[in-house]
Amino acid sequence: MNLIGEKISYKPDEQFHLNDVSFNFKKGNLYTILGRTLSGKTTLLKTIAGLLNPDQGSISFEEKDFIKIPVWERNVAMVYQQFINYPHLNVYENITFPLVQRKLSAEQIKSDVDEALKTVGLVGFENRKIQELSGGQQQRVALARSLAKKAKILLLDEPLVNLDYKLREQLREEFKRIFSEGLSQDTILIYSTTDPQEVMELNGEVIVLDEGKVLQKGPAKEIFENPTNLKVAEISNDPPMNVLKGSKNLKNLNFENIFLEIPNHFKNLEDKDYNFGIRASEVKLDDSGEEFEIELAEISGSETLLHLKRGNSKIIALIEEVMNFKIHEKVKIKFNENKFYAFGEDEKLVSSPYGGSNG
Amino acid sequence: MTKLYTFLKYFFITFWTVFVVAPFLWAVSTSFKDFQSVNSKVTYIPWLDFEPTLEGWRVLIKSPAKGGVDIVEPYFNSIFVTCTASLISIVLGTLAAYALSRFTFKAGFVRNNDITFFFISQRIMPPIVLSIPFFIFLSTIGLLDSLLGLVVVYIVLLMPIAVWIMVDFFNRVPKELDETALIDGCNPYQAFYKVVLPNSIPGLIVAGMFCIIFGWIDFFFAFILTFTEVQLLPVKVVALNSSITPWWSLSASALVSVAPLIIVAFVVERYLSKGNLSGALK
Repeated sequence: MNLIGEKISYKPDEQFHLNDVSFNFKKGNLYTILGRTLSGKTTLLKTIAGLLNPDQGSISFEEKDFIKIPVWERNVAMVYQQFINYPHLNVYENITFPLVQRKLSAEQIKSDVDEALKTVGLVGFENRKIQELSGGQQQRVALARSLAKKAKILLLDEPLVNLDYKLREQLREEFKRIFSEGLSQDTILIYSTTDPQEVMELNGEVIVLDEGKVLQKGPAKEIFENPTNLKVAEISNDPPMNVLKGSKNLKNLNFENIFLEIPNHFKNLEDKDYNFGIRASEVKLDDSGEEFEIELAEISGSETLLHLKRGNSKIIALIEEVMNFKIHEKVKIKFNENKFYAFGEDEKLVSSPYGGSNG
Repeated sequence: MTKLYTFLKYFFITFWTVFVVAPFLWAVSTSFKDFQSVNSKVTYIPWLDFEPTLEGWRVLIKSPAKGGVDIVEPYFNSIFVTCTASLISIVLGTLAAYALSRFTFKAGFVRNNDITFFFISQRIMPPIVLSIPFFIFLSTIGLLDSLLGLVVVYIVLLMPIAVWIMVDFFNRVPKELDETALIDGCNPYQAFYKVVLPNSIPGLIVAGMFCIIFGWIDFFFAFILTFTEVQLLPVKVVALNSSITPWWSLSASALVSVAPLIIVAFVVERYLSKGNLSGALK
C-alpha cells in the first residue's frame, strides 16, 4: 500500500535531473527532501504528481502502476514555491475547485472547505480576491486547497521559500501543527526544502538529494549526526559544515600548522590524511586559540557569521552575539575537538562524534 | 520646475488633442454642407456660416439609381468580413499560441520559436508581395470577388497578430497554473478552458481589438481582390472621389467608417481603466 519508486531516472537534456532515485514512502508519514537549488527536488515531486514522466524506472502506489495513471486521476495535491492560485476565482472558489471537479455533493464540499479554511486560519476571507491577499495568505489558500482535497499524496515544494523571514518562521510553526493534527493516517506527506533547519524541525524521514542523486536516506536526527559523506554534511548544515584538509598522526590532528589533541572518537582511526569536518557553531572565539584572518563578517539576526582564512583553508564561525569586526583583522579561535568529523579522501564518513561511520 | 513640467504637460496634451480632434470636427462640419457651402468661402459653423443640410448623409443610403452611393451593403460586407475573419483568427490563433507556449515541437531543425516566427513573418512581408499569389489562389479556387474569399485572405493576415499577441500572453501565465489545474483533476482541455482561458481575457481582448482594427482598415486587398459583386467599405469610400469631390458625403462616409473603431476603443478603454487588463496575473 506504499508509494514506491524504483530506479527513477529523468534526463531531458545533457544532465540528469533524476538519477537512479528509489524510495518507499509509507502512509501516515512525513518525508522531507533536502537538497540545494536545482538538485532535482521539484523534478521528483512533479514525477510523483505525474506532471513529468521519467525516462526510466517505475512508480507504484497502492499496488498500481502510477505512471500509467494520468495526473488528473492520481488524486495528489501539490503546493508550489510560487504562490499558485486561480486568479479568476475568489478564495472560496479556489478551494472548492478540485472538489467541484471531482463532483462531490454540495454539503460535502461545504464541510470540507470550512474545515480547511479553519485549519489554515483564513475563516472570513472566503469572498476575497486572490490578488488582495498577502503572499503568506496566498500560500495559505494554496495549502487549504490541497488539504480540502484530502489527497492521499500531498506534495509541498519549498512552500516557505518565497516568504519573508518572520512569516516563514510563523508558517513553519503552523505547518508542524497542521501536519500533526490535520492529516489523516491515510496521507503521505512529502515536503521539499533547501533549509536544513526546516528539515530538523519537521523531524520526518529525510532524503538528501544532489544533482538528481539520492545521497542519504534516514531520520532527520541521523542525517544531522552522521552524514555519510562530505556533500551531505554541507547540504544538511547552514552555514555548511567547515572542511579542513589535514592528517592524523600518533599524537595529534594536524591542519594548517595547527596541532590539536586527538579526540576520543578518533582514537581508533588509522594515521593518514583526512578531510576534517566541524560545524560553524563548534568554532569559538578564544584568546588561547589559533590565529585566523577575517575575510567577511555577516550579522544575521542575533548572530554573527565570521568567514575566516588561514593558509588554504576557509572556514565559517558562528558567534552567538552581534559583534563588529574589521576585515583582515586577526582573531584567535578554538575548535571543539569532540565535535570533529573525519571524512576520508574519497569524502566518505570515517568517524563521527555520534558514533556513525561508513564501515 | 514642477510648475514648468505641469505647464508643458498640459500644453502638449492640449496641442495633441487639437491636432487629433480638429479633423474630426472639420469632417462633422463638412458632412452637413452642400456644394454651395463648400465651394463659396471658408465656413465652419452650421447656421452661422452656412445652412446645414443632411444631403451628404442621405446620399450614403440612397440607391445608385436615385443618384446615391449606397454604402449600406459595403458597410455590412465589411462588418461581416472583419468579424468573421477576426473571430476565426482569434479562435485558431489562441489554440495555436497555447500549443506554442506550452508544448515543445521538434521537426527537423524547426522549433517552437521558428513556428512563431513563421507566423510573424507573414506580417513582416510587404502586402504587395502577397497580392499576386492571393489573386491567383482565389481565382483558382473560384473565390475571387466574394465575401468568403476575403474572409480567407483576412484570416491569413489577422491570425499572425492573434498568435503573436497570445503567445506572448501565455508565456507570462505561469506554467504552474496549468499544472495545478491538472493536479486538481482537470484534463488538459478542461485546464485550458476552465483555468487558462478565463485568465487570458485581457489578452484575448487586445488580440481581438488588433484583429478588428487591421481587418477593418485594410484597403489594399479589398481593392485588389474584389470587382463588382462584392465591395468593402474602404474601397467604396475612396470610390466616392470622382471628377467633382463630394466633400460632404465623403466626410459623412469617413465618419461612419471610423465609428466602429471609436466604439471598440471606448469599450477597451473602459475595460483598461477598471484595471482588469493588467491585474489578472502577477
